[in-house]
Amino acid sequence: MKCIAFIQTKEGQATKASLEAAGFAAGMGETVAVVSGELHGDGGLGAVGVGRVLQGATQLDDGQLARLVSAAAEKEGASTVVCAQDHLGKAVAGRVAVRLGAGLIAGVTTAPDGNGYTRNVFSGKATARIIGNTDKLVITTTPNAIGMPEPAGGSATVEAFSADLGDPKVEILEAAAPSTGGRAPLPEAELVVSAGRGLKGPENWGIIEDLADAVGATTACSRPVSDIGWRPHHEHVGQTGIAIRPNLYIAVGISGAIQHLAGVNGSKVIVVINKDPEAPFFKAADYGIVGDAFEVVPKLTEAFKAL
Amino acid sequence: MDFLVCISKAPDTTTRIAFTEGDTRFNEEGVQFIVNPYDEWYALVRALELVEAQGGKVVIATVGGADCDPILRKALAIGAHEAVRIDAAPEDAMQVAAEIAAYAQGQSFDAILCGKETIDHNSSAVPAMIAEHLDVPCIALCTSLDYEGGKAIMTRETASGIEKVAVSGTFVLSAAKGMAEQRIPNMRGIMAARTKPLQVVPASGASAGTRIEKFALPPEKAGVKLVDADNPAELVRLLREEAKVI
Repeated sequence: MKCIAFIQTKEGQATKASLEAAGFAAGMGETVAVVSGELHGDGGLGAVGVGRVLQGATQLDDGQLARLVSAAAEKEGASTVVCAQDHLGKAVAGRVAVRLGAGLIAGVTTAPDGNGYTRNVFSGKATARIIGNTDKLVITTTPNAIGMPEPAGGSATVEAFSADLGDPKVEILEAAAPSTGGRAPLPEAELVVSAGRGLKGPENWGIIEDLADAVGATTACSRPVSDIGWRPHHEHVGQTGIAIRPNLYIAVGISGAIQHLAGVNGSKVIVVINKDPEAPFFKAADYGIVGDAFEVVPKLTEAFKAL
Repeated sequence: MDFLVCISKAPDTTTRIAFTEGDTRFNEEGVQFIVNPYDEWYALVRALELVEAQGGKVVIATVGGADCDPILRKALAIGAHEAVRIDAAPEDAMQVAAEIAAYAQGQSFDAILCGKETIDHNSSAVPAMIAEHLDVPCIALCTSLDYEGGKAIMTRETASGIEKVAVSGTFVLSAAKGMAEQRIPNMRGIMAARTKPLQVVPASGASAGTRIEKFALPPEKAGVKLVDADNPAELVRLLREEAKVI
């Protein structure tokens, strides 16, 4: 089986989510990576099992990227295209699937098992095993779910690649990086500290930011406090916010409504801190502390700092 | 301006998910179905706002059987002008997108609006696929849509940041929170919806690219391990030594 991995880069290195996608592909068969962006050396791709990198033009929109990736798939005779399930990966994957007449399996969460791929459905309340009906397949991998393969001792060769990309159709007027205070953006964050109405007011968030600093975590929040403007939109995790898959999710003063759980049920470990022992969130938690956030959180921060 | 808003039927967010027929089908018994929230609250409402300001119409489309008629009527009650049901059981994103594109191909919509994902499938695939079929741009995760100087100006928020983009001509958009505020249909809207056009069109016969072989429910959680409020250091120790997440 020959695979194409669509790789996104940041400062010359493949992103973590892209490396996971490439590693997933390399686990299935010979993998050629396609990059549109600056690359330092092989961008870390050789280490996850990629043999060759095809480097195309930069500053392409998703329609042009899809043409680049599809052309590479055709040139290489690849049967499978793998992308990360992040916003650009999703955009490119859907288009590539149409161009290649390939079924799309989005957001795979485990290594392939036979001809089936597992993904989450019903907002993480269940999983489904999907089979492709087509000769070719496009797969996107959920960030922070597959993990990285053992480092292979290789480096990949990089060659220029060009194809008919059509004209750009999207004009970028302004772009601003998210204000996560230097911490990983939420969809990629491995450590998250989140809080909700139990904090009583936006002026009390200092204890949450201190805890997040001590843990090295990105901050998040529940829907009610985002709706009333205590916290910025982009921090809202839940059914109508974003879904995250950190290794550790600490929830302070959040009761745990189903819609909130839908955004965080992909977390490996959930810690709930709430003064109500009947809070539904405890049923979904791995660890918990029943107590007043204003007393517990500062002590927890000190305990993390002491590590 | 004429907009096509794509909607799909989804189980209410509080549904207890269960499977039947050897875990090969979602058990619909007793399930309340709603319009997928992203489609209704964000895509549909923004389209209505634009048409209220500038004239035109909002057409709703879905791929499904007669069981989808209630959600089409709901969207009409909220204010859409016409509904189209493409008569086929929805199988996967590839098939749904192909059917919608086939319908849209013969029309002249200024834009096709979708929600960013469905709450049951969560693939976020259909909008990009429709755009590829029609060879138009797709702007996903939009939090605003306005028209200025003959172009559509959109803001989108992703993990990489916030971008403001401009597009000329027809495009596909997927809407996220921030695009508009949910509207509750009033009595007048509900009455009007009964007589608004709901057209059933034959499917073009697109095939699905994938199939769901089996569902599974996640294993039950072991039960929360409570740590004393006076001993947070114990929690830190457990997270490091037992859970190994720090």
